[in-house]
Amino acid sequence: MQAITLINGFLASIGRSTLAMLAAIGRLAIFTAASVSHIFRPPFYPVELAQQLLRIGYFSLPVVGLTTLFTGGALALQIYAGGARFNAESVVPSIVAIGMVRELGPVLAGLMVAGRVGASIAAEIGTMRVTEQIDALTTLSTNPIKYLVVPRVLAATLAMPVLVLIGNIIGVMGGYLVGVYRLDFNSAAYISNTVDFLEIGDVTSGLIKAAVFGFIVAVMGCYHGFNSGRGAQGVGQATTNAVVSASILILASNYLLTELLFTA
Amino acid sequence: MSIPAKISLNHLAKAFGPNKVLRDVSLEVETGKSLVVIGGSGTGKSVLLKCILGIVTPDAGDILVDGKPLNRVDFLHDFGMLFQGGALFDSLPVWHNIAFRQRQGKNRLSKKQAQELAIEKLRRVGLKPETAFQHPAELSGGMQKRVGLARAIATDPAVIFFDEPTTGLDPIMAGVINELIREIVVEMGATSITITHDMSSVRAIADKVAMLHDGKIRWHGDVTDIDHSGDPYLDQFIHGRADGPIEGVR
Repeated sequence: MQAITLINGFLASIGRSTLAMLAAIGRLAIFTAASVSHIFRPPFYPVELAQQLLRIGYFSLPVVGLTTLFTGGALALQIYAGGARFNAESVVPSIVAIGMVRELGPVLAGLMVAGRVGASIAAEIGTMRVTEQIDALTTLSTNPIKYLVVPRVLAATLAMPVLVLIGNIIGVMGGYLVGVYRLDFNSAAYISNTVDFLEIGDVTSGLIKAAVFGFIVAVMGCYHGFNSGRGAQGVGQATTNAVVSASILILASNYLLTELLFTA
Repeated sequence: MSIPAKISLNHLAKAFGPNKVLRDVSLEVETGKSLVVIGGSGTGKSVLLKCILGIVTPDAGDILVDGKPLNRVDFLHDFGMLFQGGALFDSLPVWHNIAFRQRQGKNRLSKKQAQELAIEKLRRVGLKPETAFQHPAELSGGMQKRVGLARAIATDPAVIFFDEPTTGLDPIMAGVINELIREIVVEMGATSITITHDMSSVRAIADKVAMLHDGKIRWHGDVTDIDHSGDPYLDQFIHGRADGPIEGVR
């Protein structure tokens, strides 16, 4: 009898967790649908959009640039060391370029922006929730989704491909610097190998990924900020949730997009 | 034919899970009058305001404005509110906070016009024009409350809500804010609802007083009658006594 009660309790807890998870997915889906639908309906807030483009795009350049620069350099060293095992050191330029542009550029930029921008969005909107600034927007006849969420989502979706494009160039340059000055590659040959092997599809697929990752980062930041709990602890938890959920979704959607773009 | 009340609440109820915050609240606010809702912490005063604003959806009951069912968009168009903590937008300068509504839409004011409007409203609440160009974080608590008040009256609204207008202020600043609220409401002829625990606010601001207790309106009447209402709950509350029918947490 006691065993049956224990099993029932265990099954009930699984059921509760599953229902709570489905409810959370539902809330997120409704929030995302509302955010997307408001992108196309007036009023529009161009000044807020421009401010967010600056904050999300321009101010993320140093962190994305440094990340891709060092990753490009490390990648060149790794490929050179690995390639040397079967006399294929010459593949360094092409693999660095393809690896950066298709995979590492968008994913690393996405994760770095999730940490920098996703956290900042969640903390800012969470604080606005706790201090009743979002309620104040409503009483001033301003839709908080339109005023707060749409400019951030749009700015992140538009800025990420540009950030990744610049990050890719810097990452390939990191590989070039290590290849030429550390591994003694010929400069012209390195550039020629990079350009010859890289196809336009490699670049566009990375930029599509970047746009999706930007969208994910902004939506998760806004969603967790909007649903922030009370007090400093609530805002802190919202910030953590925004970064963790955006990072996981970036990695999961990266796999799905790779399947879709390269194996379909 | 009698003029309908500006705001009528009929049998309003709201629960959060098992917690029944509002059980059966019926209340009327006449046009141009100032109603103050009093009650202990957690009695549902803020929920009552949020129901009227549409931020919280009531489980039962009706809200009428000018005798018609509440149209949230129309209602908010001619409405101002002073929040407990000010709720000023940190990222915007004071002038933009005050003229926020007027900087939206097709007939938006220019930056210069908005700044002039903000300075005029700042003067009305006793602040200097230079304040318009500061950010909320640079202001004291009392100044933030005044800026919040300036924002609430920026469009000369027909209805104004005040949520705990004197919380966190010293007694002198609280008195100044109370006087300002009373002056402005009378001058504008606005209908107002204030929620507070502060009895000095009640006496300074109210025409009518309603006491919320246990999710219902316990007492409702003129401010002049609160000292001889004969209601033990109201008596205990206005005299701040620990002993009485309202259970306090010790």
